Amino acid sequence: MEKILTVKNLTKKFGYLTAVKNLSFTIEKGNVYGILGPNGSGKSTTLGIVLNVVNKTSGDFSWFDGSINTHQALKKVGAIIERPNFYPYMTAVQNLKLVCKIKEVSEDKIEEKLALVGLLDRKNSKFKTYSLGMKQRLAIASALLNDPEILILDEPTNGLDPQGIHQIREIIKIIAAQGTTILLASHLLDEVEKVCSHVVILRKGEKLYSGRVDEMIASYGFFELKAEDNEALLSFLKLNPNFSSLEEENGIITANLKTELSATELNKELFNSGIILSHLVKRKESLEEQFLELTKNESN
Amino acid sequence: MLRLLQIEFIKLWNNRASKVLILSYFILMVLIAGISMIKVDFGPLKFHIADVGIFNFPYIWHFNTFMAAFLKLFLAIVIVSMIANEYSNKTIKQNLIDGLSKKELILSKFLTIGVFSLASTVFIFLISLILGLIYSDFNEVSIIFSDLEYLLAYFVKLIGFFSFCFFVGVLVKRSAFALGFLFIWFIGAEIIPYTYLASKYSKEVADSVSRFFPFGSMWSTITEPFSRLNVIKSAAQQVGEDISRDYSVQPLQLLIVLCWTTIFIYLSYVLLKKRDL
Repeated sequence: MEKILTVKNLTKKFGYLTAVKNLSFTIEKGNVYGILGPNGSGKSTTLGIVLNVVNKTSGDFSWFDGSINTHQALKKVGAIIERPNFYPYMTAVQNLKLVCKIKEVSEDKIEEKLALVGLLDRKNSKFKTYSLGMKQRLAIASALLNDPEILILDEPTNGLDPQGIHQIREIIKIIAAQGTTILLASHLLDEVEKVCSHVVILRKGEKLYSGRVDEMIASYGFFELKAEDNEALLSFLKLNPNFSSLEEENGIITANLKTELSATELNKELFNSGIILSHLVKRKESLEEQFLELTKNESN
Repeated sequence: MLRLLQIEFIKLWNNRASKVLILSYFILMVLIAGISMIKVDFGPLKFHIADVGIFNFPYIWHFNTFMAAFLKLFLAIVIVSMIANEYSNKTIKQNLIDGLSKKELILSKFLTIGVFSLASTVFIFLISLILGLIYSDFNEVSIIFSDLEYLLAYFVKLIGFFSFCFFVGVLVKRSAFALGFLFIWFIGAEIIPYTYLASKYSKEVADSVSRFFPFGSMWSTITEPFSRLNVIKSAAQQVGEDISRDYSVQPLQLLIVLCWTTIFIYLSYVLLKKRDL
């Protein structure tokens, strides 16, 4: 796998506060990465460091296997950090032309990218007349001008209304489908869950996990069950060695698995034992549950 | 290099305030030529500014560069806001993320300063040349093109001044505060010490100290041209005062200003490098 970004033992201190602590991870080409963490966990600081706007205290990072220096590498990267920053007195097209000059790419793609984010009809309006959602979309268009190897988005839906959030997510999905590597920092778990294949989880500047989303915690998932006779169901499940723990809430029994067991198999066994289910769902923990699980373990 | 200038040009030219200030700066320079039109006609007191001799070659180089230098205050506003706006719009952060290196960012601003200074110098050269050709009493080529070092001094003076403005812009990050800082520096760190030294010791002592200060060094590049005029000279002689002095441009003085320029640009770079955005 081609490495796009390697971060090694990165540390950033703001005075006595350590914002990023000894962080290491690798971003490989073609995947969609999420950086997850509550507010103040060091996501933006980490991105700031690799994007050359925040100075690191110690550690190292290299773009594209260290083949080019950071500022050259950034021309192959598209990034938006926090709020969209443009010249308020310039129109969308003028702003994008400036970005083209900085990135040393041709201006041919301006129209195409504006069309992608749905701003073509407002291309000659000044940036200051844009709504926040439009500003954010312009920022994405700007980040895509150089057809980047990797697109870095820091809280892209922050502060947007539901419609704006939806638009941004649709755009991200389109870009991801084109095979662009994406690094998405967010504190919104469902957002990361919807688009990311890999995840780095941070808390107080420390890495809790990095790897595939579905391998985050060793889990076989769980069943949600309901039957006419819940008592019989419970006693059956208690005797079954496949389950680690059982919980009953509002008449629905949650049974956590400790080995692999398919829903068909369970249903068959139950039916053979004379227990007929009215509700059967097999689920894996959502990212949110996994995240809470993970952060809980660490805090103990 | 051209790319860096283009980047800065796009930023400045699309900003209406900057555009107006730049244009009015150059228009005001042309208006210097308007001085020549002034004719005082008060009954017995009749005189035409152009007849006093201020447009004589080579004196005109001295006079015009000295006078035009005051207009640099207009461009100071442009220079300060050119960097302070980058901070307040946070576009400086976006520029760096987009792949402009910190060195390139400083260089693009410094090149712009250089272009402004050079354009002003060329402009004042042309205006003076035209005015001189119209009004000067001496029109030999060797006289016309003598004493051109005033233009060099003017150029250095502008570069030094704008670099100072730029540095303060980087330091303070807000246009209004930066301009305020420059003003307070001018009064507090240059005028007050100067008057103190001048009153306690002598004007010569004060001069010799102030020529090493930022504003003082720029001020000292071009000596005031008024006492050089024949009218003033003879008037002074009548009251028994001899005010002949050295009016030439001193290379050492230019060197001091260039040192300050280097210091200011380098410090701006260090500041930008050290700060987290």
